[in-house]
Amino acid sequence: MLLIECPHCGPRDENEFHYGGQAGIAYPTGEVTDAEWAAYVFLRDNPKGWFRERWFHVHGCRTWFAAERHTVTHEIRTLP
Amino acid sequence: MSHPDFLWRNPDPRPAYDVVIVGGGGHGLATAYYLAKNHGITNVAVLERGWLAGGNMARNTTIIRSNYLWDESAAIYEHSLKLWEGLSEELDYDLQFSQRGVLNLAHNLSDVREGRRRVNANQLNGVDAEWLDPDEVKKFCPILNVSDRARYPVMGATLQRRAGIAKHDHVAWALARAADAYGVDLIQGCEVTGFEITGGRVTAVETSRGRIAAGKVALAAAGHTSVLAERAGIRLPLQSHPLQALVSELLEPVLDCVVMSNAVHVYVSQAHKGELVMGAGIDAYNSYGQRGGVHVIEAQMAAALELFPIFSRVRVLRTWAGIVDVSPDASPVIGPTPVEGLYVNAGWGTGGFKATPGSGWVYADTLAHDRPHPLAEPFGLERFTTGALIDEHGAAAVAH
Repeated sequence: MLLIECPHCGPRDENEFHYGGQAGIAYPTGEVTDAEWAAYVFLRDNPKGWFRERWFHVHGCRTWFAAERHTVTHEIRTLP
Repeated sequence: MSHPDFLWRNPDPRPAYDVVIVGGGGHGLATAYYLAKNHGITNVAVLERGWLAGGNMARNTTIIRSNYLWDESAAIYEHSLKLWEGLSEELDYDLQFSQRGVLNLAHNLSDVREGRRRVNANQLNGVDAEWLDPDEVKKFCPILNVSDRARYPVMGATLQRRAGIAKHDHVAWALARAADAYGVDLIQGCEVTGFEITGGRVTAVETSRGRIAAGKVALAAAGHTSVLAERAGIRLPLQSHPLQALVSELLEPVLDCVVMSNAVHVYVSQAHKGELVMGAGIDAYNSYGQRGGVHVIEAQMAAALELFPIFSRVRVLRTWAGIVDVSPDASPVIGPTPVEGLYVNAGWGTGGFKATPGSGWVYADTLAHDRPHPLAEPFGLERFTTGALIDEHGAAAVAH
């Protein structure tokens, strides 16, 4: 079980959180081609290494926040 | 004492091949085998970073079935199941393929409706399927708790009698031996570190054992496909997750079928040797760590004990995780990529083992003819742009 640092509640068990996938995915604006829309909906980075991702403290303060986690070691560093 | 004969050579890589397959798991080995057998293409190398079949092939729960909802999936998984039915004989190796029947339990009305719909869809597609009411479920699997007071009441189940399990190691060894006999080079300890792409076409792979020129390159690397694709400048709609499983200590025969429950993320069978083999759901986060959280195993065991009270004193022997590549619609991605000569076969997620021969068959055909095999055609990358998804979350979900 991961120990995840919630910016509001501090370090809490992983099972209080819901995973939100890659962080920083912006809704496309303006004229969007089918390919660009497909990329927005379906394509996410899948790195072996550091990954910037979203977590939702669903069973706590219900805050969404971003963290960086290493996808091999599972080490977490919270982002400002 | 002498060492038994090796089942395949252990060759050094040659400078060039017609086809280089990246990944020496079940799908890569099956692809090599069918390239040689069906298409006479034997100037082939299978490059494996570790040792043959040491990834998900060594970590899965060996369930084989074809009761998927949509026509496209039913066709490819049923093709695979039909190949399984002749594979031991064809490869002259006892794969311990046991068609003992797979139950998919329904715990609520929505499960019941979904299950009955799937039975109807399967029958229309020529896939054997039956709907069992709770009494029939009890008869088929007497140790299952179907009482009204159960935490997860069993309101019925789908049954595919032709479904079952096989011995994963035997499958890998048999395919490797057969491919090797055709002259395919199975090269272990050889990691692909990059791709040489000239004018939009792949011409070679860079590996930990040097450059290897290739007419065509076929990815078959499951959970690590995204990492490889990125080295070729391609983004794929895949996310890699840990999928955990466990085995118990060895027991006398107690369970003679496979029981799956999507709702509570449990699937269990008893291997020939005697251990109970149980799988969990995926861990939520992306990972390449080949391990998951204990709480996932704990939740899965808790559910398993509700369904099988008789297992309450069974001890766990070991748990592990494999890295599965999950696609947005829980269906595989098979076919060409934006790089000419570079092909992908991935996204089998939590259920690739059952597809081993079928996947290899259609992938080999796709490589041999430079166009998708008819059964693979609906599974191309373009479906994520056209919107023609093949949503198998109901049939695949997490439970495989």
